Amino acid sequence: MARLGKQYKDGEIIVRQGDTGNCMYVIQKGEVEVIAETENREMLLRTLGPTDFFGEMALFEEAMRTATIRSKGESRILTIDKKSFMGGIYEDPSLAFRIVETMSHRIRDLTDRLAKYEEN
Amino acid sequence: MLASDSLSALGNKAAKGKFSSTMPLEDGSRIAVIGAGPAGSMFSYFFRKMASTVALDVEVDLYEPRQFCMRGPAGCNHCGGIVSESLVQRLATEGIALPNDVVQRGIETYTLHMDVGDVEIETPLQERRIAAIFRGNGPRNSEPSDTRSFDGYLQELAREKGANLIQRVVTGIKREGDTMRVVCADGFSDSYDLVVMACGINSRLEEDVQDALGGFKRPVNTKAFVCEFKLGKEVIQKQLGPSMHVFLLDIPRLEFAALIPKNDYATLCLLGHDIDEELMDRFFSSPEVRNCFPGGEVPTHVCHCYPRINTSTAKPAYADRLVMIGDTGTTRLFKDGIGAAYRTAKAAARTVVFHGVAAEDFKKYYWPLCRRMHQDNLIGKFVFAVASLIQRTRFARRGVIRMTRIEQAQSARPRRMSEVLWDLFTGSASYRDVFIRTLHPKYIGHLIWNLAAGNLLRKNNTDHKDVSNTGGTHGIH
Repeated sequence: MARLGKQYKDGEIIVRQGDTGNCMYVIQKGEVEVIAETENREMLLRTLGPTDFFGEMALFEEAMRTATIRSKGESRILTIDKKSFMGGIYEDPSLAFRIVETMSHRIRDLTDRLAKYEEN
Repeated sequence: MLASDSLSALGNKAAKGKFSSTMPLEDGSRIAVIGAGPAGSMFSYFFRKMASTVALDVEVDLYEPRQFCMRGPAGCNHCGGIVSESLVQRLATEGIALPNDVVQRGIETYTLHMDVGDVEIETPLQERRIAAIFRGNGPRNSEPSDTRSFDGYLQELAREKGANLIQRVVTGIKREGDTMRVVCADGFSDSYDLVVMACGINSRLEEDVQDALGGFKRPVNTKAFVCEFKLGKEVIQKQLGPSMHVFLLDIPRLEFAALIPKNDYATLCLLGHDIDEELMDRFFSSPEVRNCFPGGEVPTHVCHCYPRINTSTAKPAYADRLVMIGDTGTTRLFKDGIGAAYRTAKAAARTVVFHGVAAEDFKKYYWPLCRRMHQDNLIGKFVFAVASLIQRTRFARRGVIRMTRIEQAQSARPRRMSEVLWDLFTGSASYRDVFIRTLHPKYIGHLIWNLAAGNLLRKNNTDHKDVSNTGGTHGIH
């Protein structure tokens, strides 16, 4: 009752790959799965937990969602509006520091995975 | 070069004063933060966090005699306890998710009560993004429960980042050459390179220090009334729901009133001029207020206070080796005081880490934010004056409530009045933004139409409350 955000059930889709969006999300409680969907299969890219965020690319570029996000068990997710986020960045650029840091970690993780894939 | 090396180099540069400050902080410098309310704790948290990114090792002592685990006035910082939509989002972006035991209730809607009717205004995303919290650990004589103080939670975050909590009462601050001396009631004293005043305006220290150091113009303040009603979870859910109840009533000297549902309690805030028994009697006896309580009877409150609230800006809000943040410096008029504490705390922390502690540094990098907030408050005063006019004019109240109800019933169309009221009540947008939206021709056109329709067509409606109530206010109609 006292919680913030919106509640999602186990398996419920929060963001669907290919959809357009203009907000990002922060996990308040629970976990979500980040899934890349191809024509005939889906691949689990990573699992995210409390305080992790997703959907941030939509804040910086007008593009389609690149992955599907599915609730793993019950979760509570807070939406961050583009206008609110960008307004915050213009006033206080350091607000983007954590986003940049996490995106950097994700690029590093993907690079490692790609290198391993090339090796195999 | 690794990113961490680059950041270290940046820190060393800053420490050596190559960013042109005449008073940069160096490794081993010391900061005293007076007051561990939201402003003081958030300054300490963000300062330590930013300093670590540039490898700057500065000690932060956080002075706070109060224990936020205490119930009643001993652990409370005396305010309504709302964390705004914009602040909840910013904190989440910073990686701070307010824990469930800190959030007493997630607010989903606002219910506007006027003598011409009431209407429930939904949050734009139908999501709980406003947090009702207790600044302390609950009202006087409340039973122990699994809830936690908001201020106590922020203080924990600051301590986790390495701030030292000093539980002493600060009674004075003196300038001693290139340092500042903090003096406590028990005779303890210590010297620092910077003092951050975050003691709010309900403390004698703010007045004493500004008088002692000279050259300051204190913020203007007004008196508010805050009280707590014990209603129980079930009654609150039934009577108030996850909705903050806002009252725009034609009562002299009353600017604004809000009833905020929490867990077992509901907090009432009254803002106005010279709040006294007469004003409160008129407020509590109005049917709009009584209908919010079971059986139409307002119960006796269990805890109350008359805090002062800041309505202007300290000038200046800084000096060499001294900066005032939160209410001590500036805040937003009537709204989002905790959000203003966050913004000023972070701006001051950025200035100190990346520039220095000279008055010139604060003037160049901190004061512009205070000035913007001050200018926005001037627009806010005008916006509240218009709201006050509506509050006092039945003709206007009918038009406003009609327009809002129609918008709430039609989700596909732009909800211009609802959004203006939402942002005005929640403090989610700047007053400038709210004001500009009221100049939109369609807003003005719809308002004129609803003013006419709400008053001229009223005779055709047998219901005293002009049009059908589309709000659904948890049993209050």
